[in-house]
Amino acid sequence: MSTLAPLPVVIPLSVAAILSALNKFLHRRISEALAVAATVATGVICGVLLLQSQAQPVIHWFGGWTPRAGVALGISFVIDPIGAGAAVFASLLVLAALVFSLHYFDTVGTLFHVLMLGFLGAMCGFTLTGDVFNLFVFFELMSASAFALCGYKVEEPESMQGALNFAVTNTVGAFLVLSGIALLYGRTGALNMAQIGRTLGGNLDGLVITAFVFIMAGFFIKAAVFPFHFWLADAHAVAPTPVCVLFSGIMVELGLYAVQRVYWTMFDGSFAAHRWDLRALLLTLGSITAVLGAVMCFGQRHIKRLLAFSTVSHVGLLTIGFGVLKAGALAGVTLYVLGHGLVKAALFLVAGLLLHRFGSVDELELHGRARDLRATGAVFFVAALGLAAMPGFATFRGESGIIDAAGSIGQGWVRAIFFISGVLTAGAVLRVWGRVFRGMGKGEEAETAGAKKINEGRETTQPSHGIPAVMFAPAFVLVLLAIALGMTPGIKHAARTAAMVMQDRASYQARVLEHAWIPVAPAQEEHTPMGKGLAWSFATTAAALLVAFLSLSRYWPSKHALTRPAAITVRGLRSIHSGHIGDYVAFLTFGVAAFGVVLAALVHFH
Amino acid sequence: MSFFPYVLAAWLFIIGLYGIVTSRNFVHLVICLAVLQSSTYVLLLSIGYRVGGVAPVFAGVKVGTPAVDPVVQALMLTDIVVEATVVALLLALALQLQKHTNTLDPDKLKALEG
Repeated sequence: MSTLAPLPVVIPLSVAAILSALNKFLHRRISEALAVAATVATGVICGVLLLQSQAQPVIHWFGGWTPRAGVALGISFVIDPIGAGAAVFASLLVLAALVFSLHYFDTVGTLFHVLMLGFLGAMCGFTLTGDVFNLFVFFELMSASAFALCGYKVEEPESMQGALNFAVTNTVGAFLVLSGIALLYGRTGALNMAQIGRTLGGNLDGLVITAFVFIMAGFFIKAAVFPFHFWLADAHAVAPTPVCVLFSGIMVELGLYAVQRVYWTMFDGSFAAHRWDLRALLLTLGSITAVLGAVMCFGQRHIKRLLAFSTVSHVGLLTIGFGVLKAGALAGVTLYVLGHGLVKAALFLVAGLLLHRFGSVDELELHGRARDLRATGAVFFVAALGLAAMPGFATFRGESGIIDAAGSIGQGWVRAIFFISGVLTAGAVLRVWGRVFRGMGKGEEAETAGAKKINEGRETTQPSHGIPAVMFAPAFVLVLLAIALGMTPGIKHAARTAAMVMQDRASYQARVLEHAWIPVAPAQEEHTPMGKGLAWSFATTAAALLVAFLSLSRYWPSKHALTRPAAITVRGLRSIHSGHIGDYVAFLTFGVAAFGVVLAALVHFH
Repeated sequence: MSFFPYVLAAWLFIIGLYGIVTSRNFVHLVICLAVLQSSTYVLLLSIGYRVGGVAPVFAGVKVGTPAVDPVVQALMLTDIVVEATVVALLLALALQLQKHTNTLDPDKLKALEG
């Protein structure tokens, strides 16, 4: 039992309450300082919990309601390294966003900070809890803060449309999760994940499959997996830039975190005999998401929307990592989330800098206008290389972990998906770099295959000259961290140990329900040959650079007969992303039904 | 315990989804979301229902008297609180949309395409 355990939720939420109560009396700088201090304190406490959880997961029962005879009536936090690590990472990104926004929102008081702290508290609770209904409540708290943050620029109609699309789809997802939880409770009479997992045992019938599909689909909506991904680009295009940092860097990934937590604690026993069915489904979904996101990413001119589709693509890769259902792959996913979150956050922060300086995030409109911002351009360029998972970045360590694990079960083909995603998403970002920071290619008259310009209002008041240090520093530090993390020796081993803790269902149940002391067994040292992965990774980076420079040159075959089908496909895909909430929910409904039918059929016929 | 409450829950879920997909007005759409949500109330309450059970207040009741499950009722109350927030927020967004674009029709919003 640790007295620190509740603090990552208590601190941000109580400071948020204090700030909103004293909104009128506090000077803006004081509220900002309080918000930053609360975030730092939360991050430090989560860091301490991360260290404590290395020996064995930290378990805290609220109100001392410990389980008796294997029955848990109370609510617990079960803090393992992956959960605590996610909470630390969330605090870090919130800190970066808060520092960046010191120059933001001069006129709107402190409500922005209140929402950010609410968001942080919800994310921490979400990652630390061991109770499935508690998970739902924090999910909803996280969503509600996110909806409000997304629609923060209330005077812009695009902003309202994006926020409504985001809110409606994600709320439907929350009801799916709740229905699934209700069914599980009906079957097992428990809400504690360990107890549900133990009671379900290896049972797999219609009700368990239905509950599983509802919960998975609900979290997949948050994770923006195809065909549930439509809201993501709309929400990112309109949300204030510091908020995008959190959406892409951690919130979407937390959707996948929940999927894995729920699977490994509750459903793994049920699917033990049907792992290959589940794998087939998840690898397919992940591959479609990765390729679709990458293609859509390359076809954008609105920089934030472009980065948003890149997130969709990388979530596809992470879904593949989950779908492998192996400790090595989960370790890879963990490192990939960190590496991707850091570079993606930096990219969004640079987009925010461009908006601050030039009042636009349109790639073509900004043609050549940021030539003087050399340092900013360098950060953008290096972050793009991280997106291509170049060796040296944490993304590379993650990618090789996932691909090696996939190869060990005979699914080495996923390397091709990583290649496509890396080339197109990093290629698109490098193209933006070439056009905006180097003045290459054409401006407004460039061929865009139907990409529309979206108006983006300024988020800052004074059109400044130059770049304020507090806006530049977070992006710079995040990119440095992404490289430092990739270079840290032993990080892969630590991630592997953490992944094995998360996947060890029997020990989880014994620790939670019987107070058993089962020390964490460190993972075995693994020496996989690096040569092939290194070569592929450099090839991906080189191909991304090539695609970027080709697309800016006059040799880009935009009207060639051979590339016509590709252009038509892109236009077709574009028309599906209609911005219409009815279409999105129709796709979502179809997706849930298809997911359920296919999974039930696979389980039934095998 | 009959199957009827579960059928009702499924029906509310589906009719809510149908309403959202076909809606031409954001206020109507948010209310459809509330209809969809009421399916979770029905589901939760029917899971906790016991035939012949009394309300889960145990003062002055003989030990062993069947009672309906109080846990799902607590879940439902939490659900109501959480969702009231979301619906209020959504209606506020719809209000702002009406203020700045003079329309609530999802079909007329074309800014975020492609």
